Amino acid sequence: MFAIMKRDFRSYFNSPIAYVLIGLFVFIMSFIFVIGTVQSGQADFSNGFSFINTLLMFIIPILSMRAFTEDKKQGTEVLLLTSPNSLASIVIGKFLAVYSVFLVMVAFTLMYPLVLFIFGKPEGLTILSSYVGLLFYGAVTVSLCVFASSVTENQIVAAVISFILLLVMMLIDALANFVGTLGSIGSFLGKILTWLSLNERYQEFSSGIFDFTSIIFMLSFVAAFVYFTIRVLERKRWSQG
Amino acid sequence: MIEISNLTKSYGKNKAVDDVSFTVQKGEILGFLGPNGAGKSTTMNILTGFISSTSGTVKVDGFDVLEHPGEVKKRIGYLPEQPPLYMDMTVNEYLNFCADLKSVPKKDWKNQKVDIMELVKITHVSHRLVKNLSKGYKQRVGLAQALVGTPDVLVLDEPTVGLDPKQIIEIRKLIKALGKDHTIILSSHILPEVSAVCDRVVIINKGKIAAIDTPENLSKKLSDFSRFTITIAGPEGRVRDAMQEVYGIKYLETQGTSHKDEFSYIVEADKEVDVRKPLFNKLAEHGFPILELKSLSLSLEDIFLQLTTTETKED
Repeated sequence: MFAIMKRDFRSYFNSPIAYVLIGLFVFIMSFIFVIGTVQSGQADFSNGFSFINTLLMFIIPILSMRAFTEDKKQGTEVLLLTSPNSLASIVIGKFLAVYSVFLVMVAFTLMYPLVLFIFGKPEGLTILSSYVGLLFYGAVTVSLCVFASSVTENQIVAAVISFILLLVMMLIDALANFVGTLGSIGSFLGKILTWLSLNERYQEFSSGIFDFTSIIFMLSFVAAFVYFTIRVLERKRWSQG
Repeated sequence: MIEISNLTKSYGKNKAVDDVSFTVQKGEILGFLGPNGAGKSTTMNILTGFISSTSGTVKVDGFDVLEHPGEVKKRIGYLPEQPPLYMDMTVNEYLNFCADLKSVPKKDWKNQKVDIMELVKITHVSHRLVKNLSKGYKQRVGLAQALVGTPDVLVLDEPTVGLDPKQIIEIRKLIKALGKDHTIILSSHILPEVSAVCDRVVIINKGKIAAIDTPENLSKKLSDFSRFTITIAGPEGRVRDAMQEVYGIKYLETQGTSHKDEFSYIVEADKEVDVRKPLFNKLAEHGFPILELKSLSLSLEDIFLQLTTTETKED
């Protein structure tokens, strides 16, 4: 598991992909920080946090698209699957590799609160809960995108599938709002959709609401997609077509 | 060491492997021979646990590949048709990764790595990126990968494909040497390779086993006659008449002459009867000396073609 994680993680930094994506991410986040926080003169970065998940919708698909497709292309899939490691440990290894790159990315954002703490008095707890939310939301996104890379052999297709899945996750909110206006059944459905919405749960964290059910919900989501990925690999092994 | 019984893998209606059974003894080098698309790679992929069979069982060292995949995979080093290399790593990094993947204990690994690199002669390229290596060296790195963790069984899918003749000879030598303390299954569609390296041969065609035996026995078994050429001093007509009197000779053909009154003939005789002694006596009786006698066994190539073409006719 850790062997795969270590290898993939290094491989991201052996190619320009990690640098480009992290650079892009930091550039956009800094832009928002300067425009939204520094210029407004408030020691509050919640607008930055509530924007991160939109940014991740573009960055994580590109980051994770290689997770399984690259191995299929190079034929190294055989090496992994015939090694004495379980499918679960292979998938978790892949997941952790992408997640670690995500963590590096998140580490760069620590400079914004640092600036806030030096020059102002931000709300420490809100920032803490924002980060907790970000870490779990990132795991959700990564697990979904790694899953997408397991279902296809083409990187671009993997990225597009990931993007569409993430977009649907975002649009659930809009759908919930819309359905909510359609009478009593509609508002009930709307509530279910809102409950299911990961974006909604993430936004709660960034506004300082620390909810344990949300953490459990997101963790279950990650576990489910890791499990789906394992199933995809398993099914391929048994394929009759 | 390896028991494969009634192995079948279907893709839709198509059977890539059809009821294949054979065993490989410990320390044996088994050649897996067949035309392209015969099911060699599929069988190897099933054996190594990369894909699953539709039915049938594979056991390695007593462990079923489906029930105890971990135990089986631990015992097998696999070199697939396309060596599974990460292009963005150096040879050294790559082998370290393989050792990690196979959980080779750190303290053993240092020496093992040196040994393996010496054995496949890649020590001098250990700091180069895999993607910059030539095809031959990539193949060797792939082979090194299969040796990591000192598995008992090596499964090598067309290990010499795409190499130049010198490299082929080297790799064959290496395989022969590895055969001393490994059980090896080796696939190939190149016949001389199999007869040069393997103790036993499985010939597979269209997913079915066409024959299993040692290369020598295969040649013997598959010819219905014993064939030999014989060169005899004496006038052709009288020699032929004399030979035709010998019991068991089925076919006689004059092949040509090199000197005046010296003719060579191709003789085919019943396999059950050794006609050489009666033939000698008969010719001695008539006073025709035998100058040369050479038995013609079928080459593996002939057998291969014979087996695979009869199969086609049956369909």
